[in-house]
Parts: sequence; structure tokens; C-alpha cells
Amino acid sequence: MTNAARVFDALHDTTRRTVLERLRDGPKSVGEIANDLPVSRPAVSQHLKVLKDAGLVNDRSEGTRRIYQIDPKGLGAMRAWLDQFWDSALTAFAAEVERDRKNEEEPK
Amino acid sequence: MTAQIRPAPVRKSIVVNAAPERAFHIFTSGIGRWWPKTHKIGKADLDRPVIEPHGGGRWYELDVDGSECEIGKVAAWEPPSRLLLIWQLTPEFTFDPGLVTEVEVTFTADGAGTRVDLEHRYIERMGEKADAMRESVSGPGGWPALLQLYADETKSEKGDVA
Repeated sequence: MTNAARVFDALHDTTRRTVLERLRDGPKSVGEIANDLPVSRPAVSQHLKVLKDAGLVNDRSEGTRRIYQIDPKGLGAMRAWLDQFWDSALTAFAAEVERDRKNEEEPK
Repeated sequence: MTAQIRPAPVRKSIVVNAAPERAFHIFTSGIGRWWPKTHKIGKADLDRPVIEPHGGGRWYELDVDGSECEIGKVAAWEPPSRLLLIWQLTPEFTFDPGLVTEVEVTFTADGAGTRVDLEHRYIERMGEKADAMRESVSGPGGWPALLQLYADETKSEKGDVA
């Protein structure tokens, strides 16, 4: 999977978007993230792993706890978004050129 | 000290089935016919983006309620071979006149068609903005807007085709 595809896949899930939102104001442990979320801690850990694989968060050990934070290189996600954006935009552009040509060729 | 992130420019190439003149025309004057409707910055629904047809012109979004949102500028208008746009949207997808990233589009005859090369460069300048935002812990991050865009994108991938 491309980086962009991983990012999209990671953010496809509502719970994962919620998890990511929770990290906006700073690093948190799994327990803190899971607190009052309607999903189990193992499920939250699983979501965090997907976000980590997509390059959206990273983690470190602090004693027995694992602390997650938004990846400071999140610019990679921005670039991935632009990469995907221009891909879809240019594909749509080429399709429009094709449509335009067919319209021209149609006898009036 | 924050390590500088230098992402590579985004580069795309596509061959379209038209002469450069027509390809340039559809890319610019016809942008409202192909620009994905989901990619917008205003609150209202997107009518169309507008690229003013001259160097120094505006590049903005026109919404269905008549409001306009700046995207950037036209730095070079050289039909039918080259267009240089300035993209001034931050990672939060808000317009920042102090942010200058470039989108260069060239149109090269290729057989009966045209090869369109697009390069979006100086993305690291968005990083400088992003770094500044991250350094302020209580400040608003770029994430909600970006997440919304991802979410919109995901929705449009799933359907809306009808």
C-alpha cells in the first residue's frame, strides 16, 4: 500500500479519528486515550497500531506505560494527502478532456 | 532545535487526449468542470475554483452562496505551455498570504496529445507552519480540518458517484 492509501485507510474508521483527536493536546497513554471511549483498551491499542503504521502517531515507553503522540513528522501525512489529491485531480482533468473531445466530435 | 523536514515535491504526469492549447484551456478556464467538488475550503458548497487568466491574477474558490475563498495566485500565465500557481493554503486548509508554495504545470505536445507535468513544491514551508503550530501545545492543530478532508475523501470514494 502507498503511504497515502495507508493514511486514508487509517482514517476511514470513526474510532481511529477520535483516538487521533484525543492526541491533539499532547501525548497520552493508552489508558488515558481509552478512558470513556466505548471500546476496550486492547481495541484502542489495535487502532493505535494502525495509526502508527500509517505514520500518523508514534510511541515511546515510559516505565510500564506506552505513550502515544501525533507524529511530529505529520507533514508526511500532508504530503501524502497532496500526492493523492493531485492524482485524483489530474485523473478527473484527463477525463474531462476526453469528454470535451467526444462532445466536439458528435455531429450537431 | 526542531529538525527541518524537507519533503520531496509532489510530481505527477498524465497524458491527455488534446492539443496543448485545448489542454491548457480546460485546465484553467474549465477548472470548474473537473476539480473534485469535495476539495473545498469554504463553508458553503463549492461552485467552482477560478484561475484568473493573467500573471498576478487570483486563484480562488467560488461557493454556491456567492462567497469567495482565496486559494493563491497566478504567478505565470504562459499559454499553452506553462502555468505557475501559488498555493497558499496551510495544513489547516486556511489561506495564509505569508505561505508560498508553488504548483507548476507544463503542457508538452506528445504525439496527438499533451503530456501534463505537475509539480507541487516547497511543501516544507507548510512544515514550518506546522512546526510553529505544534510548538504551541494549546494552539489549534492542523488536524481537524485535515481529518475532515480525509473523511470527505473517504465518503466520496465510497459513493456519491450517482
